[in-house]
Amino acid sequence: MAEEIGTSPDEVQFRFRDGEPVDHAAVTVDSFLDQSNAAAVRIEPGDDARDLLPYLDRLALVEVNFPTFGDGRGYSAARILREAGYAGELRAVGDVLIDQLASMRRCGFDSFASDKRLDEDDARAAFDRWHDVYQPAADTRSPIWAKRHGRG
Amino acid sequence: MYLYDQYDQAMVDARVAEFRDQTRRRLEGKLSEDQFKPLRLMNGLYLQLHAYMLRVAVPYGTLSSRQMHALADIADRYDRGYGHYTTRQNIQYNWIRLEDAPDILADLAAVEMHAIQTSGNCIRNISSDHFAGAAADELVDPRPYAELLRQWSSFHPEFTYLPRKFKIAVIASDTDRAAMKLHDIGIQIVRNEAGELGAAFYVGGGMGRTPMIAPLISDFVPLDQLITYAEACLRVYNRHGRRDNKYKARIKILVHELGPDEYTRQVEEEFAHLLDQGVEPPLAELERVKGYFELPETLRYPGAGRDPALAESLDSDLRQNDDFRLWFERNTHSHRHPDHVSAVISLKPVGGIPGDASAEQMHLMADLAREYSFDECRVMHTQNIVLPHVRISDLRALWTRLEAAGLGSPNLDTIEDIIACPGLDYCSLANARSIPVAQKISQRFAASGRTAVLGELKLKISGCINACGHHHAGHIGILGVDRKGKENYQLLLGGSEAQDTSLARITGPGFDEDGIVGAVEKATDVYLANRAEGERFLDTYRRIGMEPFKEALYG
Ligand code: SF4
Repeated sequence: MAEEIGTSPDEVQFRFRDGEPVDHAAVTVDSFLDQSNAAAVRIEPGDDARDLLPYLDRLALVEVNFPTFGDGRGYSAARILREAGYAGELRAVGDVLIDQLASMRRCGFDSFASDKRLDEDDARAAFDRWHDVYQPAADTRSPIWAKRHGRG
Repeated sequence: MYLYDQYDQAMVDARVAEFRDQTRRRLEGKLSEDQFKPLRLMNGLYLQLHAYMLRVAVPYGTLSSRQMHALADIADRYDRGYGHYTTRQNIQYNWIRLEDAPDILADLAAVEMHAIQTSGNCIRNISSDHFAGAAADELVDPRPYAELLRQWSSFHPEFTYLPRKFKIAVIASDTDRAAMKLHDIGIQIVRNEAGELGAAFYVGGGMGRTPMIAPLISDFVPLDQLITYAEACLRVYNRHGRRDNKYKARIKILVHELGPDEYTRQVEEEFAHLLDQGVEPPLAELERVKGYFELPETLRYPGAGRDPALAESLDSDLRQNDDFRLWFERNTHSHRHPDHVSAVISLKPVGGIPGDASAEQMHLMADLAREYSFDECRVMHTQNIVLPHVRISDLRALWTRLEAAGLGSPNLDTIEDIIACPGLDYCSLANARSIPVAQKISQRFAASGRTAVLGELKLKISGCINACGHHHAGHIGILGVDRKGKENYQLLLGGSEAQDTSLARITGPGFDEDGIVGAVEKATDVYLANRAEGERFLDTYRRIGMEPFKEALYG
C-alpha cells in the first residue's frame, strides 16, 4: 500500500466548485503509476503532469504541491491537466500565499489548502483583483483581445 | 505610439491598487520581507546599498513628451532630481522611499506607464531597435509585435515564477541594434520567399556569468502563431529549466544542456499542442496595434531623394560650424524619409555618469521631442536618447539647444559613448565601481584627442559578473571583480552585440582602477599601430588576434 499523503478537506480554505471537497488520501505520482486504484494523486514540482493524462477519468482529486512559492512549475502542471480535459478537483497545497491566488486560479486550480491560514479579506480581494486579463488560460475568462474584437 | 484603451488603463490601475495593498500589508507586518520581496520586485522595486531603487518600464524604449515630462517630475518629487537610463531601455531611480512607491506607480499610471515586471523571475520589459519605425534599413516597424508580446506577457499566470528572469527583444532589420541574440528570446521579423511576414526565433542567448549567443530555433513562425510559439518556448523552460542552482537557471543553460535540437523538438511538440488551445490573438488585434505605430502623415511617403532646398540649408549650416558638423556626422542616423534623420542625444558628457539625466534635462528632451520629433523619443540600450524623426532643416536649432543644456556631446559609438552599469556606487551585488572608471576613460581620451582618431569603438563596463553593463559584448569590455577585498578590473577584447555577435575574451590578469585606464589606452595603441585602411578596432582585433594585445599589456 502506498504511503498516504495529502491534505484533508478541513484544510481546504477556498474552493470554487460544487459539492464537498474530495476526501481521498493522495499518493505520489510514482505510486499512482505503480498501483492505480487511487483516486487522488499529489504532484511535486519535479513530476511530469503528462504522466497522468491516460488516467484522468479515474481521478477525483489532484493536489499540486508548492514546497516554496517561488517554484512555478505547478502552474504549468495545472494548465496541462486542464488543457487535457481534467475536470476533477485541482488543489493547490503547500506554500500558497495571498499574492499567488489569482494566478493559480487562472491556471485551473479550484481549491486551495495553504500551509497556513490566509487572511480571508485579503484573499478575497486577491481573487477579485483583476477585472480583465490579457491572455487566455485555464479559466473561462475571455481575454482583453477577445473583448476588443467583439468576441468576449 | 501605442495608446492605452480602457482595458490597458484598468490593468495598470488595478496594479497600483494591488501594490498599495501589498505595501500596506508589509508595513503592517502581515507580509515578511521574504514574502514581500518577489512582490516588490515584480513592481520594479529593489533594495540597494543605500535606498530602494525603482525601475520603470519603457516598453521598447518609446516615450511621448508627456511621459518624459512625467519621468522628470518623478525625479524631482521623489528622487534627488536625477534618473538613470539603463541598458534595458528603462529608467531607474536610485533614491526611493518604500512609502512613496505606490504614489509613484499611480503617477506613472496617469501617463500610461508602469513598473510591471521590470524585475523578478518573470518576463521582463520587451526591448527593441531604438530606430524602429524610422531606420532606412528596416523591413517593418518591430514595435507592434513587441506590444503584442508585452500584453501577452503582462501578468501571465503561468510564467510569473520562472526559474529566472526572462528577456525578449524584437527587431525587424538585418542590422541588429538591440543585441537580439544576447536575449533569452530574440525575435527578428523577416519576410519569407512567398513574401509573407513572420518571426525568426533565436532562443537561449544571454550575458551574465555564462555568456551565450542564442541559436536559431525557428526561421519562420507565421504571424498568426507568434504568441503561441512564444508560449511554447516559455512552457518548456518553466517546466524544465534548472531550479537547483540560481546561476544555472537561465534558459541559455537549458538550451545548452539539452542541445538546441532537443530543445526545439520539445518546443515544437508543445507548440503543436498549444495550437489547439486558442491562446493566439486574432490578426485583427495585431492590425489594431499596428495602427498606433503608423508614421505621421508627412513621413509616410518618402520622395525619390532629399528636397534640394532642405539639403542646401543643411549644407550651409554644416559649413558654418565645425562643432555642429561633428555632431551631425556622429550623432545622426539615416531615416527612411530622406528629409529627416534620427538624432541621438548623448547622455555621455565627458567625465559624466553614463546614462544619467537631470530632471531639467528630461524636461528639455521632452520639449524637443514635441517640437522637432512628432512628440516621440526613445531610450537606447546604449543609455542615450533618440529623437527618431527630425527634419534636417531643424537640426541646427535642435543642436544649439542641446549644446546649451550639456546634451550636445558628439560622441555616439566612440570610446566616450561608454555603457556602464551602476556598479558599487549603488548596486548591492557589485564587486567594483563602474562609474569612476567610465569617467576617467572618457576624460583621458577626450583630453588626448584620441576619440576622433579611434572612430567606432564600443566600450562597456560591468561592476560584477552579472554583466548589466554588457562587457562581454564590448569591442573593449571591462569587468569589475573582487581581488582579495580590493576592486580589480579585467580587460576583455573582441565582443560585439551587433549582427556579427561575438563574445569578448579576457586578456589576462586584471588591473587596479588607474591601471585599467592605462590598459585601455595600450589596447588602442596596438590597434592604431596595426589597423588597415577602413578597419575599426574590432576588425583589427579579429584579424590580428589577442597575442599582440597581450604582449603590449603584459609583455
Ligand atoms: S553588473 Fe553587477 S554591479 Fe553592475 S548593475 Fe549589474 S549586478 Fe550591479
